[in-house]
This record gives sequence, C-alpha cells and structure tokens, in this order.
Amino acid sequence: MIAIIDYNAGNITSVARALKDIGQEFIITNDTKELDTASHVIFPGVGAAGEAMAYLRQKKLDDWLKKWFAAGKPLMGICLGTQIILDYSEENDTTCIGLVAGATKRFPDHTASGGERLKIPHMGWNSVKMRCSHPVFENVPAGAEFYFVHSYYPSPADSGVIIGTTDYGISFCSVIAKDNIVAMQFHPEKSGRPGLQILKNFCAWRPS
Amino acid sequence: MISKRIIPCLDVRDGKLTKGIKFKGNVDIGDPVEAAREYYEQGADEIVFYDITASSDRRDIMIDVVRRVAETIFIPFSVGGGIRNLDDMRRVIDAGAEKVSVNSAAVENPRIIAQGARAFGSQCIVLGMDVKKVDASGKVPSGYEIVIHGGRTYTGIDALWWAKEAERLGAGEICLNSIDADGMQTGYELTLTAMISENVGIPVIASGGAGKPEHLADVLTKGKADAALIASMVHYRTYTIFEIKQYLAGRGIKTRLFW
Repeated sequence: MIAIIDYNAGNITSVARALKDIGQEFIITNDTKELDTASHVIFPGVGAAGEAMAYLRQKKLDDWLKKWFAAGKPLMGICLGTQIILDYSEENDTTCIGLVAGATKRFPDHTASGGERLKIPHMGWNSVKMRCSHPVFENVPAGAEFYFVHSYYPSPADSGVIIGTTDYGISFCSVIAKDNIVAMQFHPEKSGRPGLQILKNFCAWRPS
Repeated sequence: MISKRIIPCLDVRDGKLTKGIKFKGNVDIGDPVEAAREYYEQGADEIVFYDITASSDRRDIMIDVVRRVAETIFIPFSVGGGIRNLDDMRRVIDAGAEKVSVNSAAVENPRIIAQGARAFGSQCIVLGMDVKKVDASGKVPSGYEIVIHGGRTYTGIDALWWAKEAERLGAGEICLNSIDADGMQTGYELTLTAMISENVGIPVIASGGAGKPEHLADVLTKGKADAALIASMVHYRTYTIFEIKQYLAGRGIKTRLFW
C-alpha cells in the first residue's frame, strides 16, 4: 500500500488523482500508525517551509520520517517535500528534517539567461539532465520535460546524491537520490505521461 | 532552459463548450472534459477554462466539470470567470484546478488578489486583464486602459500600473488579453505584451489575436511573453498543437516536444 503524507500542504489530492489513474491503491494520512502499515511513502507539498515544518513537528511526522528512512523503506519527495528533507531552508529561515545534508536556497533575484531577466517563481516546463540512471526514472524519455513551480531549490552538500539537474539561469539540483530516497523538485503528478511513469516506477521500486 | 508554454483556452457555458470544436472529423460542441483530454494528448502545456455561465446558481455545473477534468488530465489547468471571492476560489481549487484567474472582480476589489495569494499561494492566482488601446493621457499614461465586464466598461485604470499593482498584491501570473486583437486572428498585440512583460517579474500569458503559428513566434520573441493562449486556430483544427510547436522549434523557440 502507498501512503501519501497529509500535512496541510497543497497538492495532495492531485497526487492522489494521479495514483488513481495508474491504478495504484493508496491512503492519505497524517497518522503515524497508519503510515507504519505502508510499503511506500510519498511526501508531496506546495507551500512554505516554515508552516510545513511546524505542522510536521506538531504531528511528530519529522521523527517518523527519520525512522522510515533509517528502516530503508522507499520514500519519494515532491517539491516542498523534497526541499524540507534537507537540513535547512532559506524560506522562513527554517530548520528542516535533515535526511539529506544541505540547504534549500532562493533563486538569486537577478537570475538571467542570455541577457534576459528570468522570472521568479520558475514556473513551467523544463528538462532534467540525468547524471546516472535510476529505477524510478526507467522508461522516461530522455527529452521529457516536467512541470516546475518554485522560488527555492534544493542544494545538497554531497554532490553524489544529485542525480538530475535543471537549468534556469543557474544549474540547480532537480532530482536527489540517496539510498531509499528519491526526491524531485518538479511535480510528476502534473507532468503528463512521463510524470505518471515516474509515479508508477516508484510504486514498484524495491530499493536494495 | 524553461520552455515557452502553449495554452488552449476553452469557453464553457452551463457545462458545455460554447464554440464548436472539431476533432478528428467529428464536430463536437459538447463536452469540455473530452476537449481537455484531446488537447492534453496533443501536447498542450496547460489548459485555461473560462466559465461564461450567466446565472450564478448554475455555477456548480462548472465545479463538476473541473472535478472531471482533474481526473482526466495530468497537466496544470486554470479556471476563470465568475470568481468573485475567496470561497469561489476555494471551490475551484478543491475541485482540482491549479490556478484561478480573477479579472473584473479584482478591479472592483483588488484585495481579493492578496487574500487569494495568502490562502493558496501566489502561484495559484492569475490576474486576467482585458486591455484596450486608447490615447495616452494623464490618467492612462501607457495608452492602454483596463476594461471590464467583457469589454463593456472602461475603468480609467492604466494597464501598466494595474499589472505592477497586481504583482505587488501577490498575483503569480498575468493573462493579458488585448480586446483590439481578440478574435481578429491577425496576431497578438506585441507592443502591449512586451511593455507589460518587461515591467513585471511574474510570467505573462499573451492572449487575443492568434491565427497562425507565426503569431505565436512573434509574441514569444518580440512580445517577450512566457506563454501564448490560443483558441480558434486549434478549435477549428486549422492547426494541431504539435504542428504549432514544430513550427516554433524551426524558429528556434523552445517548447515541450515530448509527452
């Protein structure tokens, strides 16, 4: 059973609809006992880091996520869910969960490409350069693009966990893989067929 | 780098498409959900629904459409038309839309932008602007004036000032419609689009006037738009979205080509 962590942070229902479309059963919950019964956990989110962390702490979901990760079980981060598995976020000056060493940073205000000012948030479709293969990205065409909407980006301390990068004025980390974690800045649930493929792959993933 | 977005716009009244849309030989004036699915398959990057249902007691029909669309397509979509307050926004977002757009209601009550941005995040709030070219004056220095109520009411508000004000209030995106170009199929209003886009830090969707792929190329380069709204040119199947994207690729404009 797939569990989607419900922590009052946005796009939970759109992730649920995408799972329904690929024929995957799931539960949506913030109850750690229910989460314990899952095989795979999706940690989505749209919103601000400060509020999200306050809610997670109140529900003890931060500690629960640490335990889940340490137990070697599959965890997928999406957007805000990816940003706050790092140690720290510049958004609201927030201490985060710390499953992956590093910080979430804001795009510089004068981000530019070829002399043209780039708009923030980074909103729209962009590609991901994969540095290596990963089971969750199997059968995703190399030229596929994904839907992004964010003003902050993850910046892991260990470049070895960065498996995908995206260009938006700067080259930033858009996919993280560390042991039983795979986490992405874009929204697979809003990225058409390639995104649905990623969700399908995750649901079948057995991290070794 | 980020791709330019191509966004079909569907007008819906009482849960039905208002313009005939021709797909694969069958003329269908029916179901907006089917039309959305077809454009999703064709490679639309996003879809805009505009609810022109006149009576407010029939608006629940649109909420049902939104719910069905959300189960059918897995790209972002926005809903505008008749959004007057935070409750209207919440109903549309809860039903599965990524974004809501406000137009006349935001002119009459600008606080709705700030309230929406606070409740749902700026990325959810699109400001729709209907603009008409006028003689530049003290009141309207840019020479472009905001009109509301479907183009019937002149407001005396300068379009450039309003775009900046909406950004300050927390709008995450602007959908900029030229009333002069709308429906003409002779090209977007490039001067207006470039002026707004260069003066705000949020994305601008150009709307009104698309008839040929060249028009999209122009507005995405000279017009500095981040995205282009299209209607008739795909509804009547003169072009498919993929044909438009291939043309843009030939002009060196990056769009999403794999889906």
